[in-house]
Amino acid sequence: MNYHWNWSIFFELSPDGVHTYLATLLLGTGWTLLTSACAFAIALTLGAVVGVLRTVPGRFAVRCGDAYVELFRNVPLLVQMFLWYFVLPELLPRPAGTFLKQMPDASFYTAVVALGFYMSARIAEQVRAGITSLPRGQRLAAMALGFTLPQTYAYVLLPMALRVILPPLTSELLNTIKNSAVALTIGLMELTARARAMQEFTFQVFEAFTAATVIYIVINIVVTVAMRLLERRLAVPGYLGAKVRVAGH
Amino acid sequence: MFANFDYDVIWRSLPYLFYQGMTFTLLLTALATAGGIVIGTFLALMRLSGVAPLSVPAAAYVNLMRAVPFVLMIFWFYFLVPYIGQWLTGAAQPLQVGAFASCLITFTLFEAAFFCEIMRAGIQSIPRGQMAAAQALGMTYPAVMGYIILPQAFRNMVPVLLTQTIVLFQDTSLVYVISVTDFLGAASKIAERDGRLVEMYTFAAVVYFVISFSASRAVAALHRRVAIIR
Repeated sequence: MNYHWNWSIFFELSPDGVHTYLATLLLGTGWTLLTSACAFAIALTLGAVVGVLRTVPGRFAVRCGDAYVELFRNVPLLVQMFLWYFVLPELLPRPAGTFLKQMPDASFYTAVVALGFYMSARIAEQVRAGITSLPRGQRLAAMALGFTLPQTYAYVLLPMALRVILPPLTSELLNTIKNSAVALTIGLMELTARARAMQEFTFQVFEAFTAATVIYIVINIVVTVAMRLLERRLAVPGYLGAKVRVAGH
Repeated sequence: MFANFDYDVIWRSLPYLFYQGMTFTLLLTALATAGGIVIGTFLALMRLSGVAPLSVPAAAYVNLMRAVPFVLMIFWFYFLVPYIGQWLTGAAQPLQVGAFASCLITFTLFEAAFFCEIMRAGIQSIPRGQMAAAQALGMTYPAVMGYIILPQAFRNMVPVLLTQTIVLFQDTSLVYVISVTDFLGAASKIAERDGRLVEMYTFAAVVYFVISFSASRAVAALHRRVAIIR
């Protein structure tokens, strides 16, 4: 193999003149984590709302929730990113569109919103599965005690369902982190984008991608371990945990 | 809002979008699914073999693929495949691999990890007694797997495998990052050439939605039928 290995490249100065290549990768890691965290917060909030909507008595609300999930699940994430980034500003009234286009860090905000909505559909699916996995008696008991529908959800169903679905939520969090790499297509300088930039400047393809891969694996392990601890703390006594587990990316 | 929406640009570019772009996307989806299921099944058999030299590398491979973003893996393979080709053929220069072949290898090997997990679940869903009965009849391991376990595992997992295929179909849009002309690539080339981003990306979204939505509806219908028979 006539590939010239050079692992010391990480300590050389990158074209920005300030950071070494290693530092640029770590900066990218920061953006990856920040984007994923913000997107996951949005995804969790929207996902919980839509997931609840899909389980309430009342046809119309369920239909709306279903439509939401189908809409965001059946369009590739990359296309959704483009819709938020290129199409939305054109469809808004001119001043609003111009504001969006001129916003600093526009690609970051767009990535957060696009990723948040995309993942919210998956989380809604998990929340729905969690609520429907609860014994019917829980809902009925709450009703028998005279709880209103919001009270039934807030005090009985959601506290149980959210704990039951923690393991699948862990995979969704990991998916959010992985999917944040798609944001490089709209110019977000996250980890994969930095590795690619490093490869373009130095031609040290495999060193750059190895470093990015290792960082992703470390993030993966840390998140998995942290969520395991959280699961153990929040485990419902007497429950074996959720059986719903979805592989995806 | 859609006052100056130019439908004509979509109409004019339809042959290019579908004949060039969608053909690439669908062919890649079909071949990568087929290859991914075959390799994934072998990976699943390796993981379940209980022989450490087989199960450990298979598990490591699957976990690696599941830990890193697909976009990063596309870059990896894009640069790695020519070197592997050179190593395999003993050529003097890194092998020139076409865009389609490169994408096909990437998708097959990446999705194999996900198909492996599905097939593993499928194999584990078969009662142990079947394995024991087949062995009691004197069947060899390939015979047990080929005639008893895998056909049933595969049949049980058809809906999940098809759902994964729909995910794969959507993932093919990511070849955009290595500037390959799939359906989205074709749409974005027209969009940039004619300055019609709104029209082309909206149209692409609609097409992806219609195909994925109808496919997932079909899978759901199939799932109900399979469930009743069983």
